[in-house]
Amino acid sequence: MSIEVRVTSVLQSVLGAKSVQSDGGTVGELLEDVNARFPGFKAQITSPEGSLHRFVNIYINDEDIRYLESLATPVKEGDVLSILPALAGGASW
Amino acid sequence: MSVYIPTPFRSFTGNRTHVEVEGRNVAELLSNLEAKFPGFRDLCCDDTGAIPAHINIYVNNKEIGALDGAATKLAEGDEVAVIPALAGGAETSSDGGTDGDDPSRYALTPERVTRYSRHLIMSQVGSVGQRKIFGAKVLIVGAGGLGSPAALYLALAGVGTLGLVDFDVVDMSNLQRQILHRTEDIGKRKVVSAEETIAAYNPDVRVVPHEEPLHSENALEIISQYDIVVNGADNFAARYLVNDACVFLKKPLVDGSILLFDGQATVYLPEKGCYRCLYPAPPPPGLVPSCAEAGVLGALCGTIGSIQATEVLKIILGIGEPLNGRLLLYDALSMEVRQVRVRRDPNCVVCGDNPTITELIDYDEFCGTPPAWNEA
Repeated sequence: MSIEVRVTSVLQSVLGAKSVQSDGGTVGELLEDVNARFPGFKAQITSPEGSLHRFVNIYINDEDIRYLESLATPVKEGDVLSILPALAGGASW
Repeated sequence: MSVYIPTPFRSFTGNRTHVEVEGRNVAELLSNLEAKFPGFRDLCCDDTGAIPAHINIYVNNKEIGALDGAATKLAEGDEVAVIPALAGGAETSSDGGTDGDDPSRYALTPERVTRYSRHLIMSQVGSVGQRKIFGAKVLIVGAGGLGSPAALYLALAGVGTLGLVDFDVVDMSNLQRQILHRTEDIGKRKVVSAEETIAAYNPDVRVVPHEEPLHSENALEIISQYDIVVNGADNFAARYLVNDACVFLKKPLVDGSILLFDGQATVYLPEKGCYRCLYPAPPPPGLVPSCAEAGVLGALCGTIGSIQATEVLKIILGIGEPLNGRLLLYDALSMEVRQVRVRRDPNCVVCGDNPTITELIDYDEFCGTPPAWNEA
């Protein structure tokens, strides 16, 4: 099933767009699918061992997957997956 | 002659701002006001008929204390204003913001009634709310992209005390987005430039410059002097430092961040989650680019900084629904605004049920950054 995966501007350099359609039944499968088409994508958000970086949050709709089933969280038609790395921009020191 | 009626008294005058009343002197005018609007005199005279200290009456912008008091003569065309100054001790002591300050800084003089008239006429602000704003002490971390619009709007709103933390000088490359600073300010210390700009916009505001890097040794001492903190820092070490200090001191933290075309804003209220609940650890240095490396749309600062100022004012006034428990995501390119949930993490090392970090740590070490923060 096709799910929209949205990223913020930082990851757009990898995907070439702010959202892509992805296939999979869980969050982990969606990420694998995106990674297969955009090499280097997963390295931005997970460690080499495959665990999600602690400065990257993934949301299914508006809920953080840490409070669901993490990468095993199932997705359904119409869900939107958002990937939000921490952002620090602000003042110029 | 025309008499200006302040917001809290307008329930007696059918919500009219100005009423026409005759009188040869102020005492007669007050009697005629009473005749026209029963109960009005009780608002501005005590049991003995004298005008109490918390009420000022102005004739053509001069306080009658400096004229002939209640005997001050009036002529056709004079403009009279009845202005309640500090409405007794209860209101000011309950908002806690005026300790040690000169109470006249919080008086609604005719000039201030005009300056803040668009606030005063709103039921959600009014004179009580405006005095809360006068009494508020807000610390802004970073007088840069986000700190500029946040500080300016808070200054225009009349926030009585604005602390500014910044130790940088104004650089030409700042001027694309940092509206506290102007071309002539290049090379000037940012806190000085900011103080001058704010003074020009609103002399009511007291600016407290903190011209030093915020670090583990001074953060608690500085932040403890304020009611609310606005975070406009550009680096992770400062973000975690400010967050932890606000958790320990139980201060509301109004957070914002920007990069390229993306903005984020949220509010952390004491005991309701913190930045570490959202992002438990910073990215390794260099992985998430800074504004200096990746760029940022200048106008984005205005959007997010204004949202931060708005949230500060809502907290001061105790109105609306603060932006806590959710992270607002603003995408300027698609002009879309979304929200995701932010939960308090019971396992959070700082604000969780069993915190393991109970005092400030070395944030440069935690973030793997060199102590001298990069320009960004």
